[in-house]
Amino acid sequence: MEQKKLLVKLEKAGVHRSSKWLVRGISFEINQGQIVTLIGPNGSGKTTTAKMILNILNADEGLVTGNANKMAYVPQKISIDWTMPLRVIDFMKLTSNLNNTQVNESLTMTGVDKLLYNQINSLSGGEFQRVLIARAIAKKPELLVLDEPVQGVDFNGEIALYNLIKEISVSLNCGILLISHDMHFVMSTTNHVICLNGHICCSGTPGSVVKNPEYIKLFGEHNSETLSYYQHNHDHSHNHDGSVAD
Amino acid sequence: MFDDFFIRSLIAGIGIAIVTGPLGCLVIWRRLSYFGDTLSHSALLGVTLAYAFSINISLSVFIISGIVALTLLSLQKRTKLAGDSLLGLLAHSTLAIGLVLIGFLSSIRFDLMGLLFGDILAVTLEDIFIIWFGGLIILGILYYIWKSIFAATVNYDLAAAEGMKPDVSNFIFTLLLAGVIAISLKMIGALLITGLLLIPAATARSLSNNPFQMVILSILIGIVSVMIGLFSSLEFNTASGPSIIVAGLVLFILSLIPFKRSSALQR
Repeated sequence: MEQKKLLVKLEKAGVHRSSKWLVRGISFEINQGQIVTLIGPNGSGKTTTAKMILNILNADEGLVTGNANKMAYVPQKISIDWTMPLRVIDFMKLTSNLNNTQVNESLTMTGVDKLLYNQINSLSGGEFQRVLIARAIAKKPELLVLDEPVQGVDFNGEIALYNLIKEISVSLNCGILLISHDMHFVMSTTNHVICLNGHICCSGTPGSVVKNPEYIKLFGEHNSETLSYYQHNHDHSHNHDGSVAD
Repeated sequence: MFDDFFIRSLIAGIGIAIVTGPLGCLVIWRRLSYFGDTLSHSALLGVTLAYAFSINISLSVFIISGIVALTLLSLQKRTKLAGDSLLGLLAHSTLAIGLVLIGFLSSIRFDLMGLLFGDILAVTLEDIFIIWFGGLIILGILYYIWKSIFAATVNYDLAAAEGMKPDVSNFIFTLLLAGVIAISLKMIGALLITGLLLIPAATARSLSNNPFQMVILSILIGIVSVMIGLFSSLEFNTASGPSIIVAGLVLFILSLIPFKRSSALQR
């Protein structure tokens, strides 16, 4: 097997805000060509973890070592002020000097090439999400971070976009960090799942994570694809706020 | 045809409009109009100190506005007050300190009205040099950081994640704003500088559909406002700063009138 480049490595990383740890003790790594998925309930620190990797937030504890030459980001929430006239084409070129062919290419990939000259604030939620993904992949990043990338996209589009994300990881040979609620996709494409709740509850291949009692506890039985699970060494339990009880 | 002083003020005014165009767009996009006000109110303190220590007005205004801007940035991290409260606090306290100091400097002849509302008709060759030379430096730096500052304006997280260093460009942008206030204070006046930043850019907003177009249009609208304002100031013997702002306001109102736009402009 060829040596895959290590893109980012977290070692016991944590972020502390207003006398509370948002996340703590996060350790994992992302390599070239790998899709790592973060799952977890609201407020479990998924976006915080992504922001640490992207250098938007600094780790207050532990170490985040980034090796990726180029990173691209599809944030969960973004609002463009109406005071700014901004077309899709301007937005596509926001952080890199792309030519029009490159812009068209990636907009075609996400199915929104017709919107090139539309104002960003006239797009629907789903259309804007497709533009966001197109913008991120047009940069041909080494590490792509997608925070709930298909929110607001219709069902068929969702499957197509997930397939596209899988294709991109192969064609660009980039690492992908995906934050997702959609276990179906996680099951079918991800190499590595990390289940987060302020700390890493469990991680591993999708098949092993859904059988993990920690996962079942967080998401409930019905979300798990399989009903038969095995008891493993369950070394901690959770308080109401998700922190680990002694 | 025209007197020398008029030609001088025209050259100076056009120079200022070229710089306030792009900065004004950024002020509007980033919702910083009150921040601009704060900096220009503190400029009065800068002027007072310039007289007290007989140093160059533009230099002293730039230093004071810069200090106020940096104070604001550090206060925002340390206190629990909202940004607008801090801005108001700094704006009025620096304005008050400036006015108090003026009282102590009663021996020096002071044109308070000129400071507050500008005295474009007293522009010297040195002023023109400061405006054009300082303006070119401001525009040069702005051009250099444009990609970064623009990305940070659209979305901070995106800019930070994709290596645009938004904190650095935000900091530089703040100093550029202090710089534009410093070079235009004498002409437009402390109370009206924000008007020249905002009104041409606001007028350009309704006429443009992409950022570049808005920047170019606000420069052009700023130049037209300066020219109309100065001519009417000469014609009707009104104060020059307010005349320029009123001219800008008239253009803004005209821009609100709906008319059929060409498809070329829409693209």
